[in-house]
Amino acid sequence: MLKINNLHASIDDKSILKGLGLEVNAGEVHAIMGPNGAGKSTLANIIAGKEDYEVTQGNIELNGEDISELAPEERAHNGVFLSFQYPVEIPGVSVTNFIKTAINETRKAKGLEDMPAKEMLKMIREKSELLEIDRKFLSRSLNEGFSGGEKKRNEIFQMAMLEPKLAILDETDSGLDIDALRIVANGVNKLKSKDNAVIVITHYQRLLDYIVPDFVHVLYDGKIVKSGDASLALELEAKGYDWIKQELV
Amino acid sequence: MELKEKIVSSYLAFENDIDINSDIHDIRTEAFHNFEKLGFPTKKLEAWKYTSLNSVLKNDYSIFPNKENAIQFSDVKKYFIHDIDTYKIVFIDGKYSSFLSDTTHDGKDVCLMSSALSNSKYKAVIENYFNKIAKQDNLTSLNTAFANEGAYIYIPKNVEVEKPIQIINFTTGSEAATMVQPRNLIVVEENAHVQIIERHQSLTDNPVFSNVVTEIFSAKNSTVDLYKIQNDKDNASLVDNTYVEQKTNSVVSVHTFSFGGNITRNNLNFYQRGEHIDSILKGITIIEGKQHVDHHTLVHHIEPNCESHQDYKGIYDERSTGVFNGKVIVDKEAQKTNAYQKNNNVLLSDKATINAKPQLEIFADDVKCSHGCTIGQLDEEALFYMQQRGIPAKEGKALLMYAFANTVLESVKIPEVKSRINKLIAKKLGVNLGFDL
Repeated sequence: MLKINNLHASIDDKSILKGLGLEVNAGEVHAIMGPNGAGKSTLANIIAGKEDYEVTQGNIELNGEDISELAPEERAHNGVFLSFQYPVEIPGVSVTNFIKTAINETRKAKGLEDMPAKEMLKMIREKSELLEIDRKFLSRSLNEGFSGGEKKRNEIFQMAMLEPKLAILDETDSGLDIDALRIVANGVNKLKSKDNAVIVITHYQRLLDYIVPDFVHVLYDGKIVKSGDASLALELEAKGYDWIKQELV
Repeated sequence: MELKEKIVSSYLAFENDIDINSDIHDIRTEAFHNFEKLGFPTKKLEAWKYTSLNSVLKNDYSIFPNKENAIQFSDVKKYFIHDIDTYKIVFIDGKYSSFLSDTTHDGKDVCLMSSALSNSKYKAVIENYFNKIAKQDNLTSLNTAFANEGAYIYIPKNVEVEKPIQIINFTTGSEAATMVQPRNLIVVEENAHVQIIERHQSLTDNPVFSNVVTEIFSAKNSTVDLYKIQNDKDNASLVDNTYVEQKTNSVVSVHTFSFGGNITRNNLNFYQRGEHIDSILKGITIIEGKQHVDHHTLVHHIEPNCESHQDYKGIYDERSTGVFNGKVIVDKEAQKTNAYQKNNNVLLSDKATINAKPQLEIFADDVKCSHGCTIGQLDEEALFYMQQRGIPAKEGKALLMYAFANTVLESVKIPEVKSRINKLIAKKLGVNLGFDL
């Protein structure tokens, strides 16, 4: 589904990704771990198409198509979803209106009519129940005054509504208490299928107790330096990252 | 000939056309001499530092278009709020159009200034209110000197006007350049209520200069809501001088939507003469090209326990320029005043400019006065977030701007006006969103 080949990227002439390769197939869950500043969030943003970064070498393929030059919305229309580490507050636009617009713009890009209002309401009801989201919450301004947990739950709610092929969860566990973490993880697990894939970016093993990865990768200094199965995450949790840095020397 | 000389030398001709044996004409003559002395405002005046009328004044205007020009309703329907029933006072090139108007004298007067000035029935109201709060400045004096036509609205005690009133001034471009000076008088008696929509609309690309004066008197417990739709052609300039006097427990709101025109200058003045008054001044400005919109507001808190709320939002693209000068005066006697002023601006281009200047003059010691002014760019992070969810950049920007302007629209009480403004904003931003905010 996703194939990243020898990706080099920089921001303001500062090189951040230095030859990163990654392949993710449908039905798989990949975890990307690594110390601060390794380039984890950069990778997430580059896959999503943020324009601040310059890709200097390599490319990103989604289902065989090179998406490196596509605008963020075009990547979204192709099924890329990024759950933001810091979701942006948009005062004056309600959660409901925002998700309606997002869904209908995506449908428009695919040449489909707007989703009928009744169907939309039904879907909103189902998905908000899945994430244990209160109705009143949906009429509030997007992310404005939301707690950390509410923001992350809202991200996963949007993911549930948009049904992406590739979901990237950037530090979705940060700022979550244990109950919220369980709700969010449960939501993600229910959305998982053999046709979609999930990339979980995290510092800690904690989230991976709930969303169990098929593969774990360590990102360090702009490259993936080690890959393994779920047990690698446990090892990192126990031993930290220093031993990997030493292995590299 | 310069415009000032042309105007001055045409005063005799104007006097030939009107009744000069009236008290009103003494007021006109005094104002005429005042304008003769003052001339047009220049950038040397502090109040006109950021707005130059030079480009407007250079045109050779026809000063009193005298021709009766007819237009078909179907051609101008789109400029009306036409999906609801309304009273209409419509002028074409400064002349009343009975064909497009829908006036009344049934329990209230929604009619013409010219007939109110010439009919003895209205003498008392005219004597009590005409030119009583209008300033003696350059352009108000100029308007007063030639005051003869415009809207006359008188709402007696306890009358709640059942439908909004639209005042529309069309210019047809039948002359190479047209200057019009509508003069409106709106008197709302105790416990009465009225909603008014005002629009100035040029129908061609020929230059137009409108210098309008509106006086509004809002008596005890009355409510007045005024909506100004300013979305004129690129060659049409407007100076809107509006004066509002409020008495105890009255609520007056003025919403100004500025989306078009060449140079638009709004001088909006509120005088609070009573207690527990609420004055609401709101505006949305969205302009581009070389358009210029200037909001000069004044709220004079004269007596205690009153409130004023100002909320002006501006979005400036390309080389457009904006001015916001919000003055609040709180007299020594006006204790417990609550005056609130907000002015937020977004510059979409490096070449756009906004000059924002809050001016608070507070002489009382027990008051709550706040003001906030921001100037910024569109939030790029928010835009990326929207794009990531599949909303294209253009729609995303529009949504952000909609959201930004939304606090001003919330207080619009006529749903059809709100939805019209929403549509104008969407059109202005070149998008069609599936919902009204």
